[in-house]
Amino acid sequence: MTDADLSKGELLERLRAQVTSREARLRPSPYPAPAELVGLLDGGLKPGAAYSLDTSGALLSALLAGPSADGHWCGVVGVPEFGAEAAGHAGVVLDRLVLVPDPADQWLAVTAALVEAVPVVAVRPYGRVREADAARLASRLRDRGSVLLVDGAWPRAEARVTLGEACWSGVGPGHGYLNSREVTVTVSSRRLPAARSVRLVLPSPDGRLAPIDRPVVAEPAAVLRAVG
Amino acid sequence: MSTRVVEPTPRVVESPQTPREAGGDRCLVLWFPGWPVTAWALSEGADVHQPLAVVVANRVVACSPEASAEGVVTGQRRREAQSRCPILRVLPADEARDNREFAAVLDCVEQLVPGVQVVRPGVCALRSRGFASYVGSEAEAAEVLLESVVTTLDIATGRAGVADGLFAALQAAYAGDPVRVVPSGESAAFLAPLPVSRLGDETLTTLLPRLGVHTLGGFAALGPTAVRDRFGQHGLRLHTLASGADPRVVQPRVPPPELVRQIAFEPPLSRIDQVAFTARSTVEQFIAGLSAAGLACTELRIEFTGDLDEFVARTWGTPGMFDAPAVVDRIRWQLQAAAGDQLGSAVTGMRLEPVAVDALANHVPGLFGTGTDERVHHVLSRVQGMLGHDGVLTPRIGGGRWLAERQELVPWGDRPSPASPSAPWPGSLPDPLPTTVFAEPRPVQLLTAGGRGVAVDDRGMLHDVPTQLRDGEERRTVIGWAGPWPIDERSWDPVRHRRASRFQVVDGTGTAWLLVLQGSHWWAEGRYD
Repeated sequence: MTDADLSKGELLERLRAQVTSREARLRPSPYPAPAELVGLLDGGLKPGAAYSLDTSGALLSALLAGPSADGHWCGVVGVPEFGAEAAGHAGVVLDRLVLVPDPADQWLAVTAALVEAVPVVAVRPYGRVREADAARLASRLRDRGSVLLVDGAWPRAEARVTLGEACWSGVGPGHGYLNSREVTVTVSSRRLPAARSVRLVLPSPDGRLAPIDRPVVAEPAAVLRAVG
Repeated sequence: MSTRVVEPTPRVVESPQTPREAGGDRCLVLWFPGWPVTAWALSEGADVHQPLAVVVANRVVACSPEASAEGVVTGQRRREAQSRCPILRVLPADEARDNREFAAVLDCVEQLVPGVQVVRPGVCALRSRGFASYVGSEAEAAEVLLESVVTTLDIATGRAGVADGLFAALQAAYAGDPVRVVPSGESAAFLAPLPVSRLGDETLTTLLPRLGVHTLGGFAALGPTAVRDRFGQHGLRLHTLASGADPRVVQPRVPPPELVRQIAFEPPLSRIDQVAFTARSTVEQFIAGLSAAGLACTELRIEFTGDLDEFVARTWGTPGMFDAPAVVDRIRWQLQAAAGDQLGSAVTGMRLEPVAVDALANHVPGLFGTGTDERVHHVLSRVQGMLGHDGVLTPRIGGGRWLAERQELVPWGDRPSPASPSAPWPGSLPDPLPTTVFAEPRPVQLLTAGGRGVAVDDRGMLHDVPTQLRDGEERRTVIGWAGPWPIDERSWDPVRHRRASRFQVVDGTGTAWLLVLQGSHWWAEGRYD
């Protein structure tokens, strides 16, 4: 059967299938994100994208945990107080974690070097980020298919992830110990600028990110009484 | 059976492939009595002229001449040796040390004569013919070798023996004072009066005297067929030795390639980039020498000497192998770290030594490109080149109670310190852990409603209610707190003794803090963010 024998509709259908499969091949699959955030992050961490995050070690560790558990290397640049043990408990494999705690004003060069081979790099910019630098780094990210997680603002970030309404449970006035934190994660992406939120437990008692699976008890308000 | 007995001489039975050299080969043996003691003195840099004995399984195996003078002999029990010589110093045996130190003697001998065979640490053999005709006579040849060892290494205990065959030459060395030459063809006559114990065989040494054979001559007089029937092939071999016809020839060792490289800077260099630039060709030779030997250096020791006799040494590791630029980087980093306090003058010399090597085949890039980890290593090495060795770290969780103490940051390429025992560490924190750990304690203040600092009394009790957390200029309201949890560690060590109380505090913005009160000072150990 040659192409001439096909009806127009069949030919179109076949072409369309070819195009989709080729596109799918060209578009690399995203790095895994925590299941609770997959919906908000459009399926995961997109290769070649930069994400702007709030300063939160727990959020950073939760985002690093997925790719790290998948066998990828992770790097953290410019965060001297990164809690490695907490990150390990959150699911980051410490054998494949590299820290560059104090790159000072070379942070951009170090980050650019790291994204060559390390697929997920978290960075805290040192000073203001210039638009041109960000654009140069972005093209390198797209070329290498790495993900940049920025602690702070970033020009033309793929998405901005913020935390709010944090509420710790487990500690009262002089008793108990920190158990878990409920927090609202808000994501506003370039594609969907309208902010979408989800209420999560971050960190849960074992240090990871978890969904709220029990009805929220109105207890914390009573326990965490303001005393001053 | 009868057909196998009619062999012309037992020597041919032993080594049919070397009938020509056997017997005709003049052999020179150098023997250093009590080598384990000498080796210990060389490695420790200690004085050998004192009563010393090396003991294995409670028996003396070697002793110094001073100990012998007091009545210590080899084979003696340790306690007996100590009772004869109360100031005897007993040393543990170390075969590796014996071999290592003997290498210096071999190097010294090989400077004069090539083709040395190590019989055991302390004894080496070589063919005497060529060197003896060069020097003049066999006795002179032996004296020249012994003298060279004395002048180079200051080992004066050496003795030499020259004879036909290895066994006879060894016996001649034992009899030497300091040199004994047994003329060609007279080995059998020389060996004849020696006791059979010289064969070094437990069974024969006890059995032959009971059969009425006390000397090697008596043993050699027995017929080879009778010896083989009674003692088998092993007995026949010893019989050949006793009759002065040692079939063994000297098996010269292949000298190991010299991998260590050194360079002297003349005039001394005072700038780091000068040193790095000048050292480049030496480094390239060093790597080329290793590659020629089929080796890849995985651990490297770099030593610098300064103009004021300073000595700076450090061992560097790498997850992969060292190539020339990596070594030059290490040279630069080591000088940067040492400049000032350890090295205050210009550099006069440098020495590169491979501490650990691996087969080069294990480090050759694969045919279809290298793995991801190899690429990561390249990139991280590059970043290290930009920031210095301590710029790129990998975390490792060790032991301890304090968060900063638990996370060990190991520079990329360095070997982590051996794993600390996974002790239970009472007083360590439960999950979830602070996601921010301040490397340097961050001073804060926890205040009561009245503005006073919160304090813990001697019994570890808290009487005030904290209401405000002051972090620098920032004032935060305390909405929840827990503690104090006392930590009292290393009370046995006055220097490292530490007593503190931990608190968890939640502030009005929903951020939780891990605070520590030590004495009257508050500081933040970590933050839950």
